[in-house]
Amino acid sequence: MICLGIESTAHTFGVGIVAQDGTILANQKMVFVPPKGGIHPREAAEHHEKNAQTVFQQALEEARLKIQKIDIIAFSQGPGLGPCLRIGAVISRYLSQKLKIPIFGVNHCIAHVEIGRLFHNLKISDLLTLYVSGGNTLICAFDQGRYRVFGETLDISIGNLLDVFAREAGLPHPGGPKIEKLAQAGQKFIELPYIVKGMDLSYSGLLTASINKFKEGNKLEDMCFSLQEIAFSMLTEVTERALAHTEKKCVLLTGGVAANKRLEAMIRIIAEEHDAQFYNVPPALAGDNGAMIAWTGLLHAKNENSLSMDETRVKPNWRIDEVKVTWGA
Amino acid sequence: MLYKKGAEAYLFKEEWYGKLVLKKVRIPKSYRHPSLDRSLRAARTIHEAKILTETRKLGIATPIVFFIDIPNTTIIMEFIEGIRVKELLNNSNINHTELCKKIGRIIGVLHNNNIIHGDLTTSNMILEHESRKIYLIDFGLAEYSTTIESRGVDLHLIHRALQSTHFKILEDCFNAIKDGYAEIIGRQKANEVFQRLHEIEKRGRYH
Repeated sequence: MICLGIESTAHTFGVGIVAQDGTILANQKMVFVPPKGGIHPREAAEHHEKNAQTVFQQALEEARLKIQKIDIIAFSQGPGLGPCLRIGAVISRYLSQKLKIPIFGVNHCIAHVEIGRLFHNLKISDLLTLYVSGGNTLICAFDQGRYRVFGETLDISIGNLLDVFAREAGLPHPGGPKIEKLAQAGQKFIELPYIVKGMDLSYSGLLTASINKFKEGNKLEDMCFSLQEIAFSMLTEVTERALAHTEKKCVLLTGGVAANKRLEAMIRIIAEEHDAQFYNVPPALAGDNGAMIAWTGLLHAKNENSLSMDETRVKPNWRIDEVKVTWGA
Repeated sequence: MLYKKGAEAYLFKEEWYGKLVLKKVRIPKSYRHPSLDRSLRAARTIHEAKILTETRKLGIATPIVFFIDIPNTTIIMEFIEGIRVKELLNNSNINHTELCKKIGRIIGVLHNNNIIHGDLTTSNMILEHESRKIYLIDFGLAEYSTTIESRGVDLHLIHRALQSTHFKILEDCFNAIKDGYAEIIGRQKANEVFQRLHEIEKRGRYH
Protein backbone atom coordinates (compact mmCIF):
# COMPACT_ATOMS: atom_id res chain seq x y z
CA MET A 1 0.00 0.00 0.00
CA ILE A 2 1.26 3.46 -0.91
CA CYS A 3 0.02 6.64 0.79
CA LEU A 4 0.27 10.20 -0.42
CA GLY A 5 0.24 12.73 2.41
CA ILE A 6 -0.42 16.45 2.23
CA GLU A 7 0.85 18.88 4.84
CA SER A 8 -0.48 22.45 4.97
CA THR A 9 -0.92 23.48 8.60
CA ALA A 10 1.08 26.70 8.44
CA HIS A 11 3.83 28.09 6.19
CA THR A 12 4.82 24.76 4.59
CA PHE A 13 3.01 23.05 1.75
CA GLY A 14 4.38 19.53 1.54
CA VAL A 15 3.58 16.34 -0.35
CA GLY A 16 5.08 13.06 0.77
CA ILE A 17 4.71 9.56 -0.60
CA VAL A 18 5.41 6.63 1.71
CA ALA A 19 5.16 2.87 1.26
CA GLN A 20 3.65 0.47 3.79
CA ASP A 21 7.08 -0.65 5.03
CA GLY A 22 8.02 2.93 5.91
CA THR A 23 10.13 3.68 2.85
CA ILE A 24 9.88 7.37 2.02
CA LEU A 25 9.48 7.48 -1.76
CA ALA A 26 9.11 11.25 -1.97
CA ASN A 27 9.10 14.24 0.34
CA GLN A 28 8.69 17.57 -1.45
CA LYS A 29 7.76 20.94 -0.05
CA MET A 30 7.63 24.67 -0.62
CA VAL A 31 7.79 27.09 2.27
CA PHE A 32 6.03 30.44 2.38
CA VAL A 33 8.38 33.23 3.43
CA PRO A 34 6.53 36.43 4.30
CA PRO A 35 7.92 39.50 2.49
CA LYS A 36 7.73 41.34 5.81
CA GLY A 37 6.27 40.69 9.25
CA GLY A 38 4.99 37.30 10.32
CA ILE A 39 2.91 34.64 8.60
CA HIS A 40 -0.47 35.94 7.56
CA PRO A 41 -2.77 32.90 7.33
CA ARG A 42 -4.45 34.09 4.13
CA GLU A 43 -1.19 34.92 2.39
CA ALA A 44 0.24 31.53 3.37
CA ALA A 45 -2.91 29.84 2.04
CA GLU A 46 -2.57 31.72 -1.25
CA HIS A 47 1.03 30.54 -1.48
CA HIS A 48 -0.07 26.93 -0.97
CA GLU A 49 -2.83 27.23 -3.54
CA LYS A 50 -0.42 28.65 -6.10
CA ASN A 51 2.32 26.05 -5.52
CA ALA A 52 0.30 22.93 -4.75
CA GLN A 53 0.40 21.63 -8.32
CA THR A 54 4.18 22.05 -8.61
CA VAL A 55 4.95 20.32 -5.31
CA PHE A 56 2.53 17.53 -6.15
CA GLN A 57 4.21 16.92 -9.54
CA GLN A 58 7.67 17.04 -7.97
CA ALA A 59 6.65 14.42 -5.44
CA LEU A 60 5.30 12.04 -8.10
CA GLU A 61 8.48 12.53 -10.12
CA GLU A 62 10.71 11.92 -7.11
CA ALA A 63 8.81 8.70 -6.34
CA ARG A 64 8.76 7.77 -10.08
CA LEU A 65 5.12 6.90 -9.70
CA LYS A 66 2.00 7.42 -11.72
CA ILE A 67 -0.81 8.89 -9.68
CA GLN A 68 -2.88 5.72 -10.21
CA LYS A 69 -0.38 3.85 -8.01
CA ILE A 70 -1.46 5.80 -4.92
CA ASP A 71 -3.66 3.65 -2.66
CA ILE A 72 -4.69 6.10 0.04
CA ILE A 73 -4.65 9.84 0.71
CA ALA A 74 -3.78 11.43 4.06
CA PHE A 75 -3.88 15.12 4.95
CA SER A 76 -3.06 17.17 8.02
CA GLN A 77 -6.46 17.97 9.45
CA GLY A 78 -5.17 20.08 12.35
CA PRO A 79 -4.04 21.78 14.47
CA GLY A 80 -3.09 24.70 12.30
CA LEU A 81 -4.17 27.86 10.53
CA GLY A 82 -7.67 27.42 9.12
CA PRO A 83 -7.11 28.91 5.64
CA CYS A 84 -3.92 26.85 5.16
CA LEU A 85 -5.49 23.64 6.42
CA ARG A 86 -8.41 24.04 4.03
CA ILE A 87 -6.11 24.10 0.98
CA GLY A 88 -4.70 20.69 1.88
CA ALA A 89 -8.15 19.35 2.76
CA VAL A 90 -9.74 20.47 -0.51
CA ILE A 91 -6.98 18.93 -2.62
CA SER A 92 -7.15 15.69 -0.63
CA ARG A 93 -10.93 15.40 -0.97
CA TYR A 94 -10.63 15.97 -4.70
CA LEU A 95 -7.92 13.33 -5.08
CA SER A 96 -9.82 10.86 -2.94
CA GLN A 97 -12.97 11.20 -5.02
CA LYS A 98 -11.25 11.43 -8.37
CA LEU A 99 -9.08 8.36 -7.77
CA LYS A 100 -11.78 6.60 -5.71
CA ILE A 101 -9.36 5.87 -2.87
CA PRO A 102 -9.78 6.17 0.93
CA ILE A 103 -8.94 9.40 2.75
CA PHE A 104 -7.53 9.77 6.28
CA GLY A 105 -7.19 12.89 8.44
CA VAL A 106 -3.96 13.11 10.39
CA ASN A 107 -3.17 15.06 13.54
CA HIS A 108 -0.11 17.15 12.71
CA CYS A 109 1.48 16.75 16.17
CA ILE A 110 1.10 12.97 16.10
CA ALA A 111 2.68 12.91 12.65
CA HIS A 112 5.76 14.67 14.04
CA VAL A 113 6.13 12.03 16.75
CA GLU A 114 5.46 9.12 14.40
CA ILE A 115 7.96 10.11 11.71
CA GLY A 116 10.64 10.48 14.40
CA ARG A 117 9.71 7.10 15.78
CA LEU A 118 9.88 5.56 12.30
CA PHE A 119 13.26 7.16 11.57
CA HIS A 120 14.87 5.84 14.75
CA ASN A 121 12.78 2.65 14.95
CA LEU A 122 11.57 3.30 18.52
CA LYS A 123 8.89 1.56 20.54
CA ILE A 124 5.85 3.74 21.19
CA SER A 125 5.81 2.95 24.92
CA ASP A 126 9.49 3.87 25.43
CA LEU A 127 9.20 7.39 24.16
CA LEU A 128 8.91 10.88 25.63
CA THR A 129 8.69 13.52 22.90
CA LEU A 130 9.53 17.20 23.07
CA TYR A 131 7.95 18.82 20.03
CA VAL A 132 9.02 22.43 19.49
CA SER A 133 8.01 24.56 16.53
CA GLY A 134 6.50 27.83 15.39
CA GLY A 135 3.02 26.68 16.36
CA ASN A 136 3.51 24.07 19.08
CA THR A 137 5.48 23.50 22.26
CA LEU A 138 4.55 20.24 23.89
CA ILE A 139 5.86 17.29 25.83
CA CYS A 140 3.93 14.09 25.31
CA ALA A 141 4.13 10.36 25.79
CA PHE A 142 1.92 7.45 24.81
CA ASP A 143 -0.16 5.85 27.54
CA GLN A 144 -3.22 3.63 27.27
CA GLY A 145 -4.31 4.38 23.74
CA ARG A 146 -3.42 8.06 23.45
CA TYR A 147 -0.56 10.50 23.39
CA ARG A 148 -0.93 12.23 26.76
CA VAL A 149 0.27 15.77 27.18
CA PHE A 150 2.66 16.15 30.12
CA GLY A 151 3.51 19.76 29.56
CA GLU A 152 2.85 22.53 27.08
CA THR A 153 2.97 26.27 26.68
CA LEU A 154 0.25 28.26 28.39
CA ASP A 155 0.41 31.00 25.76
CA ILE A 156 2.77 31.33 22.77
CA SER A 157 5.05 28.66 21.32
CA ILE A 158 8.84 28.68 21.53
CA GLY A 159 9.16 29.26 17.78
CA ASN A 160 6.74 32.15 18.00
CA LEU A 161 8.79 33.65 20.85
CA LEU A 162 11.98 33.49 18.79
CA ASP A 163 10.38 34.72 15.56
CA VAL A 164 8.60 37.69 17.12
CA PHE A 165 11.68 38.76 19.08
CA ALA A 166 13.75 38.50 15.90
CA ARG A 167 11.22 40.60 14.01
CA GLU A 168 11.19 43.28 16.70
CA ALA A 169 15.00 43.29 16.63
CA GLY A 170 14.97 43.78 12.85
CA LEU A 171 16.06 40.26 11.88
CA PRO A 172 14.34 38.67 8.86
CA HIS A 173 11.99 35.65 9.07
CA PRO A 174 12.59 32.92 10.20
CA GLY A 175 14.33 34.35 13.23
CA GLY A 176 15.33 31.18 15.08
CA PRO A 177 18.51 30.34 13.13
CA LYS A 178 19.66 33.97 13.20
CA ILE A 179 19.15 34.20 16.94
CA GLU A 180 21.14 30.99 17.37
CA LYS A 181 24.05 32.45 15.38
CA LEU A 182 24.04 35.78 17.22
CA ALA A 183 23.75 34.01 20.58
CA GLN A 184 27.13 32.36 20.00
CA ALA A 185 28.73 35.82 20.16
CA GLY A 186 26.78 36.80 23.30
CA GLN A 187 28.73 37.12 26.52
CA LYS A 188 26.70 38.98 29.07
CA PHE A 189 23.84 37.12 30.74
CA ILE A 190 20.88 39.46 31.09
CA GLU A 191 18.19 38.52 33.61
CA LEU A 192 14.80 37.87 32.06
CA PRO A 193 11.59 36.30 33.43
CA TYR A 194 11.74 32.55 33.87
CA ILE A 195 8.21 31.16 34.08
CA VAL A 196 7.51 27.50 34.74
CA LYS A 197 4.20 26.39 36.22
CA GLY A 198 4.28 22.74 37.12
CA MET A 199 5.12 21.08 33.83
CA ASP A 200 3.73 23.94 31.77
CA LEU A 201 5.55 27.07 30.73
CA SER A 202 4.73 30.58 29.66
CA TYR A 203 6.66 32.63 27.11
CA SER A 204 4.60 35.77 26.61
CA GLY A 205 6.16 37.66 29.55
CA LEU A 206 9.64 36.62 28.45
CA LEU A 207 8.91 37.98 24.97
CA THR A 208 7.75 41.38 26.24
CA ALA A 209 10.68 41.68 28.66
CA SER A 210 13.18 40.73 25.96
CA ILE A 211 11.86 43.33 23.54
CA ASN A 212 11.98 45.98 26.27
CA LYS A 213 15.52 45.08 27.34
CA PHE A 214 16.64 45.22 23.71
CA LYS A 215 15.07 48.65 23.25
CA GLU A 216 16.83 49.83 26.40
CA GLY A 217 20.07 49.43 24.47
CA ASN A 218 21.40 45.99 25.39
CA LYS A 219 23.58 44.36 22.73
CA LEU A 220 21.62 42.14 20.34
CA GLU A 221 24.16 39.31 20.76
CA ASP A 222 23.72 39.36 24.55
CA MET A 223 19.94 39.51 24.18
CA CYS A 224 19.87 36.50 21.84
CA PHE A 225 22.20 34.61 24.16
CA SER A 226 20.14 35.32 27.29
CA LEU A 227 16.80 34.74 25.57
CA GLN A 228 17.95 31.32 24.33
CA GLU A 229 19.44 30.38 27.68
CA ILE A 230 16.24 31.23 29.57
CA ALA A 231 13.72 29.89 27.05
CA PHE A 232 15.58 26.61 26.54
CA SER A 233 16.28 26.13 30.25
CA MET A 234 12.53 26.37 30.85
CA LEU A 235 11.91 23.73 28.18
CA THR A 236 14.65 21.50 29.54
CA GLU A 237 13.35 21.79 33.08
CA VAL A 238 9.82 20.72 32.17
CA THR A 239 11.12 17.94 29.95
CA GLU A 240 13.24 16.69 32.83
CA ARG A 241 10.23 16.75 35.15
CA ALA A 242 8.21 14.77 32.63
CA LEU A 243 11.08 12.34 32.22
CA ALA A 244 11.44 11.86 35.98
CA HIS A 245 7.67 11.38 36.21
CA THR A 246 7.21 8.94 33.32
CA GLU A 247 10.58 7.15 33.55
CA LYS A 248 10.69 6.70 29.77
CA LYS A 249 13.77 5.19 28.14
CA CYS A 250 14.01 7.48 25.11
CA VAL A 251 13.72 11.23 24.57
CA LEU A 252 12.86 12.44 21.08
CA LEU A 253 13.44 16.06 20.11
CA THR A 254 11.52 17.18 17.04
CA GLY A 255 9.88 20.15 15.28
CA GLY A 256 11.48 23.12 13.55
CA VAL A 257 13.22 24.42 16.69
CA ALA A 258 14.86 20.99 17.21
CA ALA A 259 17.52 22.13 14.73
CA ASN A 260 18.91 24.48 17.40
CA LYS A 261 22.21 23.04 18.68
CA ARG A 262 22.04 24.73 22.08
CA LEU A 263 18.62 23.23 22.79
CA GLU A 264 19.81 19.85 21.59
CA ALA A 265 22.82 19.99 23.93
CA MET A 266 20.60 20.82 26.92
CA ILE A 267 18.07 18.06 26.27
CA ARG A 268 20.88 15.57 25.67
CA ILE A 269 22.30 16.33 29.13
CA ILE A 270 19.05 15.62 30.96
CA ALA A 271 18.39 12.49 28.92
CA GLU A 272 21.79 11.15 29.95
CA GLU A 273 21.23 12.10 33.57
CA HIS A 274 18.06 10.02 33.62
CA ASP A 275 19.62 7.08 31.74
CA ALA A 276 17.47 7.71 28.70
CA GLN A 277 18.63 7.60 25.09
CA PHE A 278 18.52 10.89 23.25
CA TYR A 279 17.24 11.06 19.67
CA ASN A 280 17.06 14.03 17.36
CA VAL A 281 15.06 14.07 14.15
CA PRO A 282 16.99 15.31 11.09
CA PRO A 283 15.75 18.72 9.85
CA ALA A 284 14.11 17.39 6.65
CA LEU A 285 11.78 15.26 8.79
CA ALA A 286 11.68 17.44 11.93
CA GLY A 287 10.22 20.44 10.14
CA ASP A 288 6.72 20.27 8.65
CA ASN A 289 6.64 17.82 5.75
CA GLY A 290 4.31 15.60 3.75
CA ALA A 291 6.07 12.30 4.45
CA MET A 292 5.13 12.39 8.13
CA ILE A 293 1.48 12.85 7.15
CA ALA A 294 1.63 10.00 4.64
CA TRP A 295 3.26 7.67 7.15
CA THR A 296 0.73 8.48 9.88
CA GLY A 297 -2.05 7.98 7.33
CA LEU A 298 -0.75 4.44 6.79
CA LEU A 299 -0.81 3.83 10.55
CA HIS A 300 -4.45 4.97 10.71
CA ALA A 301 -5.32 2.78 7.73
CA LYS A 302 -4.13 -0.37 9.52
CA ASN A 303 -7.08 -0.60 11.90
CA GLU A 304 -9.49 2.17 10.95
CA ASN A 305 -12.08 2.98 8.36
CA SER A 306 -11.42 5.92 6.09
CA LEU A 307 -13.20 9.24 6.67
CA SER A 308 -16.48 10.14 5.04
CA MET A 309 -16.51 13.51 3.27
CA ASP A 310 -18.33 15.05 6.25
CA GLU A 311 -15.59 13.94 8.57
CA THR A 312 -12.84 15.62 6.56
CA ARG A 313 -13.64 19.09 7.87
CA VAL A 314 -10.45 20.75 9.18
CA LYS A 315 -9.84 21.03 12.93
CA PRO A 316 -7.72 24.13 13.63
CA ASN A 317 -7.66 23.50 17.40
CA TRP A 318 -7.32 19.73 17.34
CA ARG A 319 -5.43 18.51 20.39
CA ILE A 320 -3.02 15.59 20.26
CA ASP A 321 -4.75 13.89 23.22
CA GLU A 322 -8.12 13.83 21.45
CA VAL A 323 -6.91 11.22 18.98
CA LYS A 324 -7.28 7.49 19.60
CA VAL A 325 -3.99 5.88 18.66
CA THR A 326 -5.21 2.60 17.20
CA TRP A 327 -1.74 1.36 16.28
CA GLY A 328 -0.32 1.71 19.79
CA ALA A 329 0.22 -1.30 21.99
CA MET B 1 20.65 8.02 53.02
CA LEU B 2 19.56 9.07 49.54
CA TYR B 3 15.81 8.61 49.60
CA LYS B 4 14.74 9.90 46.23
CA LYS B 5 16.28 11.56 43.20
CA GLY B 6 13.83 14.14 41.93
CA ALA B 7 14.16 16.21 38.79
CA GLU B 8 15.47 19.26 40.62
CA ALA B 9 16.48 18.04 44.07
CA TYR B 10 17.92 15.09 45.92
CA LEU B 11 15.99 13.99 48.98
CA PHE B 12 17.83 12.42 51.90
CA LYS B 13 16.16 10.60 54.79
CA GLU B 14 18.29 11.36 57.84
CA GLU B 15 18.44 11.69 61.58
CA TRP B 16 18.91 15.23 62.76
CA TYR B 17 19.20 15.93 66.51
CA GLY B 18 17.34 12.71 67.19
CA LYS B 19 14.54 13.45 64.74
CA LEU B 20 13.77 11.71 61.49
CA VAL B 21 14.01 14.41 58.82
CA LEU B 22 13.94 14.92 55.10
CA LYS B 23 16.85 16.89 53.71
CA LYS B 24 16.02 18.47 50.37
CA VAL B 25 19.06 19.62 48.42
CA ARG B 26 18.53 21.52 45.17
CA ILE B 27 21.33 20.36 42.92
CA PRO B 28 23.16 22.43 40.30
CA LYS B 29 21.99 21.76 36.77
CA SER B 30 24.80 21.65 34.26
CA TYR B 31 22.51 22.38 31.31
CA ARG B 32 21.74 25.92 32.39
CA HIS B 33 23.84 29.06 32.67
CA PRO B 34 25.61 29.17 36.09
CA SER B 35 24.16 32.49 37.12
CA LEU B 36 20.61 31.44 36.15
CA ASP B 37 21.18 28.15 37.95
CA ARG B 38 22.30 29.83 41.18
CA SER B 39 19.50 32.37 41.27
CA LEU B 40 16.78 29.80 40.49
CA ARG B 41 17.95 27.38 43.16
CA ALA B 42 18.35 30.03 45.84
CA ALA B 43 15.01 31.68 45.06
CA ARG B 44 13.16 28.38 45.13
CA THR B 45 14.77 27.29 48.39
CA ILE B 46 13.77 30.52 50.13
CA HIS B 47 10.31 30.47 48.63
CA GLU B 48 9.66 26.90 49.53
CA ALA B 49 10.71 27.30 53.18
CA LYS B 50 8.69 30.48 53.53
CA ILE B 51 5.50 29.24 51.94
CA LEU B 52 5.65 25.82 53.63
CA THR B 53 5.57 27.66 56.94
CA GLU B 54 2.92 30.17 55.88
CA THR B 55 0.70 27.36 54.64
CA ARG B 56 1.07 25.45 57.87
CA LYS B 57 -0.18 28.47 59.78
CA LEU B 58 -3.42 28.27 57.77
CA GLY B 59 -4.11 24.82 59.16
CA ILE B 60 -3.07 22.91 56.07
CA ALA B 61 -0.78 19.99 56.79
CA THR B 62 2.74 20.61 55.51
CA PRO B 63 6.09 19.36 56.81
CA ILE B 64 7.63 21.52 59.56
CA VAL B 65 10.71 23.38 58.35
CA PHE B 66 13.57 22.90 60.85
CA PHE B 67 16.48 24.52 59.09
CA ILE B 68 17.38 26.27 55.88
CA ASP B 69 20.82 26.70 54.34
CA ILE B 70 20.63 29.12 51.44
CA PRO B 71 24.23 28.90 50.11
CA ASN B 72 23.83 25.13 49.89
CA THR B 73 20.20 25.42 48.72
CA THR B 74 19.11 22.96 51.38
CA ILE B 75 15.98 22.64 53.52
CA ILE B 76 15.74 20.29 56.47
CA MET B 77 12.14 19.42 57.24
CA GLU B 78 9.92 16.93 58.98
CA PHE B 79 9.77 13.49 57.35
CA ILE B 80 6.20 12.50 56.47
CA GLU B 81 5.41 8.80 56.61
CA GLY B 82 2.58 8.03 54.26
CA ILE B 83 1.39 7.17 50.79
CA ARG B 84 1.27 9.55 47.84
CA VAL B 85 -2.17 10.48 46.51
CA LYS B 86 -0.90 9.36 43.10
CA GLU B 87 -0.75 5.75 44.35
CA LEU B 88 -3.95 6.11 46.37
CA LEU B 89 -5.98 7.19 43.34
CA ASN B 90 -4.75 4.24 41.32
CA ASN B 91 -6.07 1.94 44.04
CA SER B 92 -9.66 1.09 43.20
CA ASN B 93 -10.69 0.41 46.82
CA ILE B 94 -10.51 4.04 47.81
CA ASN B 95 -13.36 6.54 47.76
CA HIS B 96 -12.01 8.84 45.04
CA THR B 97 -14.57 11.56 45.31
CA GLU B 98 -14.22 11.97 49.06
CA LEU B 99 -10.44 12.20 48.74
CA CYS B 100 -10.64 14.67 45.87
CA LYS B 101 -13.14 16.83 47.69
CA LYS B 102 -10.63 17.12 50.52
CA ILE B 103 -7.95 18.10 48.03
CA GLY B 104 -10.29 20.71 46.59
CA ARG B 105 -10.83 22.18 50.04
CA ILE B 106 -7.09 22.37 50.66
CA ILE B 107 -6.55 24.21 47.37
CA GLY B 108 -9.46 26.49 48.31
CA VAL B 109 -7.82 27.46 51.60
CA LEU B 110 -4.52 28.14 49.84
CA HIS B 111 -6.14 30.35 47.23
CA ASN B 112 -8.27 32.13 49.78
CA ASN B 113 -5.00 33.20 51.36
CA ASN B 114 -3.40 34.26 48.09
CA ILE B 115 -1.01 31.31 47.99
CA ILE B 116 -0.56 29.62 44.64
CA HIS B 117 1.13 26.24 44.87
CA GLY B 118 2.51 26.28 41.33
CA ASP B 119 3.03 22.52 41.01
CA LEU B 120 -0.18 20.78 42.06
CA THR B 121 0.18 17.13 41.16
CA THR B 122 -0.94 13.99 42.90
CA SER B 123 2.75 13.21 43.57
CA ASN B 124 2.94 16.32 45.74
CA MET B 125 0.23 15.20 48.15
CA ILE B 126 0.79 12.58 50.83
CA LEU B 127 -1.78 10.87 53.03
CA GLU B 128 -0.02 10.61 56.39
CA HIS B 129 -0.35 7.20 58.05
CA GLU B 130 -1.25 8.20 61.61
CA SER B 131 -3.21 11.44 61.36
CA ARG B 132 -4.84 10.48 58.00
CA LYS B 133 -4.28 14.08 56.96
CA ILE B 134 -3.31 15.04 53.44
CA TYR B 135 0.09 16.74 53.48
CA LEU B 136 0.96 19.17 50.72
CA ILE B 137 4.63 19.22 49.72
CA ASP B 138 7.01 20.71 47.15
CA PHE B 139 6.38 24.45 47.24
CA GLY B 140 9.42 25.31 45.10
CA LEU B 141 7.27 26.94 42.42
CA ALA B 142 4.83 28.53 44.85
CA GLU B 143 4.03 32.23 44.81
CA TYR B 144 1.77 34.83 46.36
CA SER B 145 -0.83 36.17 43.98
CA THR B 146 -4.25 37.77 44.08
CA THR B 147 -5.17 37.21 40.42
CA ILE B 148 -7.85 34.95 38.99
CA GLU B 149 -5.36 33.93 36.30
CA SER B 150 -2.88 32.36 38.72
CA ARG B 151 -5.69 30.49 40.48
CA GLY B 152 -6.93 29.21 37.13
CA VAL B 153 -3.45 28.02 36.21
CA ASP B 154 -3.10 26.25 39.56
CA LEU B 155 -6.34 24.33 38.94
CA HIS B 156 -5.25 23.65 35.39
CA LEU B 157 -2.12 21.94 36.79
CA ILE B 158 -4.06 19.50 38.92
CA HIS B 159 -6.43 18.92 36.01
CA ARG B 160 -3.43 18.18 33.81
CA ALA B 161 -1.98 15.83 36.42
CA LEU B 162 -5.26 13.89 36.55
CA GLN B 163 -5.48 13.81 32.75
CA SER B 164 -2.00 12.39 32.28
CA THR B 165 -1.96 9.95 35.20
CA HIS B 166 -5.50 9.18 36.33
CA PHE B 167 -7.51 9.64 33.14
CA LYS B 168 -9.91 6.78 33.91
CA ILE B 169 -11.39 8.58 36.90
CA LEU B 170 -10.60 12.06 35.62
CA GLU B 171 -14.08 13.54 35.56
CA ASP B 172 -15.26 12.26 38.92
CA CYS B 173 -12.08 13.40 40.55
CA PHE B 174 -11.93 16.82 39.01
CA ASN B 175 -15.59 17.54 39.71
CA ALA B 176 -15.04 16.57 43.33
CA ILE B 177 -12.02 18.87 43.52
CA LYS B 178 -14.11 21.70 42.10
CA ASP B 179 -16.87 21.02 44.64
CA GLY B 180 -14.48 21.10 47.57
CA TYR B 181 -12.83 24.20 46.17
CA ALA B 182 -16.11 26.07 45.73
CA GLU B 183 -17.16 25.11 49.27
CA ILE B 184 -14.22 27.10 50.61
CA ILE B 185 -13.90 30.09 48.31
CA GLY B 186 -17.60 30.51 47.58
CA ARG B 187 -19.61 29.56 44.51
CA GLN B 188 -19.45 32.90 42.74
CA LYS B 189 -15.70 33.36 43.00
CA ALA B 190 -15.14 29.69 42.19
CA ASN B 191 -17.15 30.07 39.00
CA GLU B 192 -14.93 32.96 37.95
CA VAL B 193 -11.87 30.76 38.45
CA PHE B 194 -13.48 27.84 36.57
CA GLN B 195 -14.36 30.16 33.71
CA ARG B 196 -10.72 31.32 33.56
CA LEU B 197 -9.54 27.71 33.76
CA HIS B 198 -11.61 26.98 30.68
CA GLU B 199 -10.02 29.94 28.85
CA ILE B 200 -6.52 28.85 29.89
CA GLU B 201 -7.10 25.36 28.57
CA LYS B 202 -8.12 26.79 25.21
CA ARG B 203 -4.86 28.76 24.95
CA GLY B 204 -1.48 27.35 24.16
CA ARG B 205 -2.86 26.00 20.94
CA TYR B 206 -2.70 27.00 17.40
CA HIS B 207 -5.32 29.62 16.52
